Amino acid sequence: MTQITINAEGMHYTPLNKLIRQAVREGVSEIILDNVMGQRFISDGLIGDVKITINGIPGGDLGMFMKGPTIEVFGNADHALGNTMDDGTIIIHGSSGDATAHSMRGGTVFIRDDIGYRGGIHMKQYEDKRPNLIIGGSARAFLGEYMAGGLVIMFRLHDDTPYAEMGLASGIHGGEIFIRGTVEEWTLGIGSSAREATSEDMEKITPYILEFSKHFNLASSFLLNSSYTRIAPVSSRPFAGKYTWE
Amino acid sequence: MCGIIGVIDKQREFMDGSALRDSLSIMNERGSGEGAGYAAYGVYPDYSELYAIHVFYDNLVEPKTQVEDLLETWGMIEHDEEIPTWEQNGIRKIHIPWRYFFRPKTRLMQRSRTPDDEIVKYIVMEVNKSIKGALVFSSGKNLGVFKASGWPEEVANFYRIENYEGYLWLAHNRYPTNTPGWWGGAHPFNLLNWSVVHNGEITSYGTNRRYIESFGYDCSMYTDTEVVAYLMDLLIRRHELTQELAVRALAPPFWEEIERMPEKEQKLTKALRLTYGSAMMNGPFAIAVASPDSMVGFSDRIKLRPLVIGEHDNRLYISSEEAAIRTIDSSITNIYMPRAGDPIVGRTIA
Repeated sequence: MTQITINAEGMHYTPLNKLIRQAVREGVSEIILDNVMGQRFISDGLIGDVKITINGIPGGDLGMFMKGPTIEVFGNADHALGNTMDDGTIIIHGSSGDATAHSMRGGTVFIRDDIGYRGGIHMKQYEDKRPNLIIGGSARAFLGEYMAGGLVIMFRLHDDTPYAEMGLASGIHGGEIFIRGTVEEWTLGIGSSAREATSEDMEKITPYILEFSKHFNLASSFLLNSSYTRIAPVSSRPFAGKYTWE
Repeated sequence: MCGIIGVIDKQREFMDGSALRDSLSIMNERGSGEGAGYAAYGVYPDYSELYAIHVFYDNLVEPKTQVEDLLETWGMIEHDEEIPTWEQNGIRKIHIPWRYFFRPKTRLMQRSRTPDDEIVKYIVMEVNKSIKGALVFSSGKNLGVFKASGWPEEVANFYRIENYEGYLWLAHNRYPTNTPGWWGGAHPFNLLNWSVVHNGEITSYGTNRRYIESFGYDCSMYTDTEVVAYLMDLLIRRHELTQELAVRALAPPFWEEIERMPEKEQKLTKALRLTYGSAMMNGPFAIAVASPDSMVGFSDRIKLRPLVIGEHDNRLYISSEEAAIRTIDSSITNIYMPRAGDPIVGRTIA
């Protein structure tokens, strides 16, 4: 196990990513990035079994197309982290921006606090590739918009009122969303439906509750004993007949 | 895609422009090197009672004579000079930036409650419409816009932005998509005391333009952002709406959201939507608007462009990215993303 530290202060993302790739090629297993400030595209398309710790504020598209690495950020993340990510783990000790986990196709993203608008937009799944987005705080409108697969779990740790953001799972045609507590009826977007989570559902989400609690050092019993609402597609083709007539 | 950063110090403490340059440069990927600019409030304390009129000249012969004739018809030029610039590799100096400190003859415009502003607005519209080779791009009191085609650092160094001190700054890095990049198309856009920076596009531009032109504003910059400056001038200066209500008129809640509001708020919001239907802006946008005593940030109603707010002591920051705020203020802790369409307002208290 080898570890290196890179001081990213004032560095553009291209040389930074080159250093990261070189380290992974040389078999480094842990990379610490200090003083990250707005560099976008960090670890994009990176393949391998490496742990990357980021101290600072990464820019947009963190871990885009990434396959395998684990990224842990001590700070907030910007837009579209985990964009079309293939495999691996991203853990954010803070919040993240709009379009978090955009088009994600595998791996797991854990966000301790809130996310912006359109979280999980167009997440997808294929055979054993199943992406997961786990949110500790709350999400703004259009969560799971056009979702085609995968799993979103949102704990709303700091809220006890029903979830009230418009366009929830609008256009969803695959995958499912679990939200702790209840959701206002009007939040449901086109093609989505809600019901209370069953004990079978709870079995499915329990491993993610345990892993979330471990990453952020929280007691899991509160989350395990809460009730959840499950949002899922009404059909696999919510817009059938909208643009063509059959 | 564009990058915006703005900061207001509520106690009017001055900051020089170097921090804004560094902050905007963090977001270089949001631009294409075809336009960047800075607006600073408080930069002309020696002429604070006069209108600081910035003009781009193509040459210093016919256009300059015509502009000066017009200014002298409507008032007095108390001082004028070329705006100092320093050659940069990436900037072709295709225009000559000039500034006038101008005192209008109030008695020439009797019918308005703000006659001096009306005179200057008339001059700006007249120059930009009728005088070939001249473009007024800044016309407020004790404020200045400094912009050109280039990257954020180049434009900042071209004007030596660190030599200017303001208590309120807006800065913008442009990625033009629908119209060509040119000096006049760079942001901030300014009219009188209003300056605007904008990321996105206003797809309702046609409707908004017809509406604003019916109030005597002429759109001459080939880009959508100028209508925002004119709409703010109309709604806040002339119609005397608050900043909050002006934003609610420009980016109103959806009808179904209005239906869920308490009765009183519902009535007010409906009235605004009906009165200002043609001022309503559609499309993806994040906007910051400055005036001498306030800075307002807001996004479109479904949040198609990023907007981040930071607050620390007397300062309010508005930006496209959190890192841009932290570049100016590394010890800030209160950073958040406002709700789509909600105005975030910072006002001076001194």
